[in-house]
Amino acid sequence: MTTAWDRVLIARSILRPTSKFFIEQIFDGFIELKGDRNYADDAAIIGGIAWLGETAVTVIAEEKGADVPEKVARNFGCPHPEGYRKSLRLMEQAEKFNRPIVCLVDTQGAYCGIGAEERGQGHAIATNLERMMTLTVPIISIVIGEGGSGGALALAVADKVAMLENAIYSILSPEGFSSILWKDSSRAKEAAEVMKITANDLMGLGIIDDIIKEPVGGAQNGPEQVAETMKKYLLSNFEMLSKIETSKLLDERYQKYRRIK
Amino acid sequence: MSDMFQDRANRVSRAKTVDSDIINKTEAPIPDNMWVKCNSCARILYRDDLSDNLNVCTACGNHFRLSAKERLEMTVDTDTFTEINADIVGCDPLNFPGYKEKCEGLRKKTKLNDAIITGVGDISGIKAVFGFMDSNFLMGSMGAAVGEKLAMAFEYATEHKLPVIVFTVSGGARMQEGIVSLMQMAKVSGAVAHHSRAGLLYITVLTDPTTGGVTASFAMQGDIIISEPGALIGFAGKRVIEQTIKQSLPEGFQTAEFLSQKGFVDSIIERKNMRKTLHGILHLHQGRKH
Repeated sequence: MTTAWDRVLIARSILRPTSKFFIEQIFDGFIELKGDRNYADDAAIIGGIAWLGETAVTVIAEEKGADVPEKVARNFGCPHPEGYRKSLRLMEQAEKFNRPIVCLVDTQGAYCGIGAEERGQGHAIATNLERMMTLTVPIISIVIGEGGSGGALALAVADKVAMLENAIYSILSPEGFSSILWKDSSRAKEAAEVMKITANDLMGLGIIDDIIKEPVGGAQNGPEQVAETMKKYLLSNFEMLSKIETSKLLDERYQKYRRIK
Repeated sequence: MSDMFQDRANRVSRAKTVDSDIINKTEAPIPDNMWVKCNSCARILYRDDLSDNLNVCTACGNHFRLSAKERLEMTVDTDTFTEINADIVGCDPLNFPGYKEKCEGLRKKTKLNDAIITGVGDISGIKAVFGFMDSNFLMGSMGAAVGEKLAMAFEYATEHKLPVIVFTVSGGARMQEGIVSLMQMAKVSGAVAHHSRAGLLYITVLTDPTTGGVTASFAMQGDIIISEPGALIGFAGKRVIEQTIKQSLPEGFQTAEFLSQKGFVDSIIERKNMRKTLHGILHLHQGRKH
């Protein structure tokens, strides 16, 4: 029996494939597009355009980095406001050119720092949440590792939200949660079991739509296989979503969140 | 000689009387909420003076926090407010130990069902839909009840073509409801988006403190964003930032004035001018001067 805490460890494992690997495996001819046209490029989020099978799509993905120098360069996958603003720029471009959007979510959370506050972290996330509700192209978000709070949600307002089997998605890290509610960050393991952060828990609560299987022990034991399953999932779901009339698509996107109470 | 003693005895007796008067006065039931200490300038203020001054410190101008009810009474024309969806209460999706009991206790204590009052009312004769958050209920945190009431308020406003004014005060998303709280950010954002697409006005008034998931959703989605002076406004908590960057934060970081300087707040308005300002904005959006 895999506990919630086991999955936290798998989701955070340094061996776990990250967005860059999945982008290479799933899409053809990926062209990276950088910058928010306002302040900077945020390496914690990779954005670009590519082929998904026969379809042109826009890809936006949080990237933690594979080794230590890359992790530092990518701020461990914790985006600044310019990362969310780059994402929004590319999503609005996707809408203009009628391209479906794929978001890969993998972050401990939006970065908490002086620059992030100065440049309006809250405003950047808020803008994405509002705008993603009305984008007229289909959106699929897959949580591939950690889905940390508002920093994850800012790429997860979508028509379909899926999680890899060992991914976690939560309001806060288990450490933060136990620190706030029990004044004791060492009870993180216990918090993980209480918080309902696993793919199964979130399916049960109606928060996510699908779970994408991983090999026994985690995605690192067969990353190509996981990428293949993700690709099939994206292909079949975009095919289904593309048949839905836009106004209905947007209404169903809203209702998906509206009914959570 | 005996007179002298008598004199002294009288004096002692008088003194005793005076003493006992003082003691009696001290022991007399003085309302313990008669005096308030300003947490900004530390001056001791007479409560009646403070409330006559809209709960703004008469010495330094510090804006004290208000309950939702106080805010409502200060903002909306007398006898025009109709509360909507008052009976909505939150959920307990994590079965979090002690959470239900805590909420029940707070319901009795605050006479609120959760951390927000929503409804319809007028400001100097112009109708609007209002949300007044309340920090006395779990620090104004947003769980399913706050999210649901706000979504319904925006839907009501969209249906009736009314502007929305939300006064925020919140520690952010409500941890005890876990991921369900996080999803309220998306839910309310959807309702705001529909209201906005209908060409309707949304004003947020940020009050002390407005942080976390509330800042990262409806607080920052207003067409016009106003703040009270000195309010703490931010995404991450100060302690979290200090722990992340391992250094202390500059003076005035995350205040309304800081946000205004960085371009995230349209205007900082003192409490005494709030009603007039809101009316002015509402009036201008009606598009007819007279």
